[in-house]
Amino acid sequence: MRIGVITFPGSLDDRDAQRAVRLAGGEPVALWHGDHDLAGVDALVLPGGFSYGDYLRAGAIASLSPIMREVVAAANSGMPVLGICNGFQMLTEAHLLPGGLIRNEVGTFVCKDQKLRVENTSTAWTNGFEQGQEITIPLKNGEGGYIADEETLARLEGEGLVAFRYLGKNPNGSLRDIAGITNARGNVVGLMPHPEHATEPGFGPDTPTAMRSGVDGLTMFTSALQGVLAG
Amino acid sequence: MTAVSSSPSRPAADTVSNAVATPDREQPYAALGLTADEYARIREILGRRPTSGELAMYSVMWSEHCSYKSSKKYLRQFGQKVSPAMKKNLMVGMGENAGVVDVGQGWAVTFKVESHNHPSYIEPFQGAATGVGGIVRDIISMGARPVAVMDQLRFGAIENPDTARVVHGVTSGISFYGNCLGLPNIGGETYFDAVYQGNPLVNALSVGVLRHEDLHLANARGVGNKVVLFGARTGGDGIGGASILASDTFSEGGPTKRPAVQVGDPFAEKVLIECCLELFRGKLVEGIQDLGAAGISCATSELASNGDGGMFIELERVLLRDPSLTAEEILMSESQERMMAVVAPEKLDAFLEVTRKWDVETSVLGEVTDTGRLVINWHGEEIVNVEPRTVALEGPVYDRPVAYPAWLDALQADTADSLRHETAPDLLRTQFLSLLGSPNLADKSWITDQYDRYVLGNTALSFPDDAGMIRVDEESGLGFALATDANGRYCQLDPYQGARLALAEAFRNVAATGATPVAVSDCLNFGSPENPEVMWQFSQAVEGLADGCLELEIPVTGGNVSFYNQTGDQPIHPTPVVAMLGVIDDVAKRIPSGWQDEGHNLYLLGVTRQELDGSAWAGVVHGHLGGRPPAVDLPTEQALAALLAAANSQNILASAHDLADGGLAQALAESVLRFGVGARVALGELMERDGIDATTALFSESTGRMLVAVPREDDVKFRGLCEGRGYPVLRIGVTDGADLEVQGLFTVSADELRATSRAVLPAVFGQSGL
Repeated sequence: MRIGVITFPGSLDDRDAQRAVRLAGGEPVALWHGDHDLAGVDALVLPGGFSYGDYLRAGAIASLSPIMREVVAAANSGMPVLGICNGFQMLTEAHLLPGGLIRNEVGTFVCKDQKLRVENTSTAWTNGFEQGQEITIPLKNGEGGYIADEETLARLEGEGLVAFRYLGKNPNGSLRDIAGITNARGNVVGLMPHPEHATEPGFGPDTPTAMRSGVDGLTMFTSALQGVLAG
Repeated sequence: MTAVSSSPSRPAADTVSNAVATPDREQPYAALGLTADEYARIREILGRRPTSGELAMYSVMWSEHCSYKSSKKYLRQFGQKVSPAMKKNLMVGMGENAGVVDVGQGWAVTFKVESHNHPSYIEPFQGAATGVGGIVRDIISMGARPVAVMDQLRFGAIENPDTARVVHGVTSGISFYGNCLGLPNIGGETYFDAVYQGNPLVNALSVGVLRHEDLHLANARGVGNKVVLFGARTGGDGIGGASILASDTFSEGGPTKRPAVQVGDPFAEKVLIECCLELFRGKLVEGIQDLGAAGISCATSELASNGDGGMFIELERVLLRDPSLTAEEILMSESQERMMAVVAPEKLDAFLEVTRKWDVETSVLGEVTDTGRLVINWHGEEIVNVEPRTVALEGPVYDRPVAYPAWLDALQADTADSLRHETAPDLLRTQFLSLLGSPNLADKSWITDQYDRYVLGNTALSFPDDAGMIRVDEESGLGFALATDANGRYCQLDPYQGARLALAEAFRNVAATGATPVAVSDCLNFGSPENPEVMWQFSQAVEGLADGCLELEIPVTGGNVSFYNQTGDQPIHPTPVVAMLGVIDDVAKRIPSGWQDEGHNLYLLGVTRQELDGSAWAGVVHGHLGGRPPAVDLPTEQALAALLAAANSQNILASAHDLADGGLAQALAESVLRFGVGARVALGELMERDGIDATTALFSESTGRMLVAVPREDDVKFRGLCEGRGYPVLRIGVTDGADLEVQGLFTVSADELRATSRAVLPAVFGQSGL
């Protein structure tokens, strides 16, 4: 029930991911990118931000950080790994997930409360959702356009590896409206929107009931904790 | 690349002994912006001619931007018009990098707003980006963790083709830098007016939080303590006048043209923030100062002046991005993302270990001395030897000529009384929608949705609410609210009153969130101080603000003055931006700005008078600016805030929204737009009680007013509170459906309101990702 959150130079939402783990009932463990030590955690979160300023391709330099060797090994052995935004970009750069993320089609950074449909509920991070459930969590990025070659897209669709899809207007030009994907084993999930910012009433997206009361993102963290407990 | 120390092309420096030996050498003081009198005074202070390095330091530190030489005389009022109550919670007042306010539970908040107007016109992207970077470093240097930013933006007319260039550049610059730093952008202002065409205003605010014991100040104490420069390397960016100076000393083939606008690297700054916070946690820093305007000149002279008075620096130890920089350029460089710390020798190793962890380059430049002199050596030769106070604190102070503007009486006589008030419902509907769809009142999400408002997870309110609000303590819910306001049109009509109106509006905006206003910072944007009419505007605005703060018993904690905002001879409207900080004991008690539930009663608090001079209605509908701005009565504002606080403490307010630009009509529209819940409103009783017509009821900008929604079950309690306090209150409607119906006049659906408000910016600046 210990979930590690790795801080890279330029990570921004690392403390927010730690808070989300705590709100979900887990114990957050702060990990440093320069170490070769996962401190015995049960699951990992690669948080959002602009690691190394994203001056190269987003996530490209961070994917070469010392700790990524351990992250890849852990992911390959089945440990639940979640990449949020910049973390998703790192997972694709580290080839733990296919495809890549490019600059938003509109050309600008976009921050909005984004509606998503949960497409796959058998992953370590989504098993608490219902198939087809519509959720709202904040989206905030400059390079969130998901791309992959046709063959990869066909495989993702065919094997049900699309975890989340954008509803309404596609905010960043992602192919097939893809907001997040999983690996075939279901332990590694990456998405551009930020579930950790929809975990605490009063600080999440607006809902029809009350201002900033949206907590749809919490389910991702409880899913992982339940899975760890069950496993 | 050649190492600095062995650079064969290094020109001979102008040493102190050389200055003594060549007293008659001509120096380019005028090109550096110094007057003949100022140059003579420097010679008098030193008892010799300055070296070129000293001249560089004096010229930047005695500039208007750094020395406040034209404004100092007036700014003193902020320190003089003070009551004991205003000092009570003020931990650090004016004169430091930023003011610090005790907000309780051992927490303090520091905030400051600063201008970056001129760089943002020349190079909008970098100008705006480094504006954010600079103000954030001010906050770090107080020992605080920065937790939010806001920007106060004023652009030229929206239809002018050049406006789009500036808007795109400024917005993406702020977005690029602020988002990459991981600071939520929680509000601000955006206005369009032709008076800002050749001189946009880009003001940046940052706010930070700290525990009381973490407070750090910019002083160099403790003889033998090390002076350390860390962060980005020093380059040739941001050197304005230095290139003029350098042309005297440059050898053949050296770089001559330097960019005068700094270039920002937000990643370096983010790392610097985390590095500084770790240094503070480890208590490894005795004093700290950020490097902004005037770079090393400013940091060394200020640190030394505020400390034991002496410092010795070996300038060749500065790590350079460009090894060909001259000593003068290094002294003046405004390269971003740099900090200077004073470190005890026994803590130096621990200090270096932290900077190494964050890959922050660090160099020990020298140490604190007891000589009372700031001595700077360059490769073993003394190039600066000055008393630091004469550079940093004892610059010239001017009493500039002041003249009542020749045009003002005529402008004030041209009131809005002569403007036609329509009575036909369809015409009022048209006016209502044209105001809602005017650039200054329209939805600004095209801009604000390019900013991250979520990061750090403590944002309790943000745009488009009346104020931004941030949670400070996750356990108790303690938080602060921040609102900024300025109305240049009002200030053009009456700068004294205009400044008080900005203060009143910021105060009201903070109160509307449920927070208690406690402290002010300001950014005073004006034309040229050499224009006596501008100087009169400035003196009036400062007096109005200082008097107003004394009346409210809220201290001014710091601020910034930006002069020379004009195009040719045409100054901007006086634009004193007032930032108001409020405290709330638990952010869970904040009041939403719009309606979330149907069936709530709508109350208008306060009295509506025919006050349309300088209003949005006069400007948008009639293209008119004249008369006198609305009256402002600060005790009334205090009574309104107290009433709101009392009602909120009983948890009986469903929403509260300040009335300002666009009057009641705009407040109603914004309250619908916030969550999409509509209302039925009737104005008859209001018109009868206040003796006004429909135009005035809808569009007047009288102060001391607020629109609140109250659940039916709390109605008696709420009315009782208002009556008990004698505050004017009138029920004007009920929340209902998705339309805004003003009975007998017009109905507009929420969809039409939204379309009208949201179409304006994208139509000019292009589609966004929404």
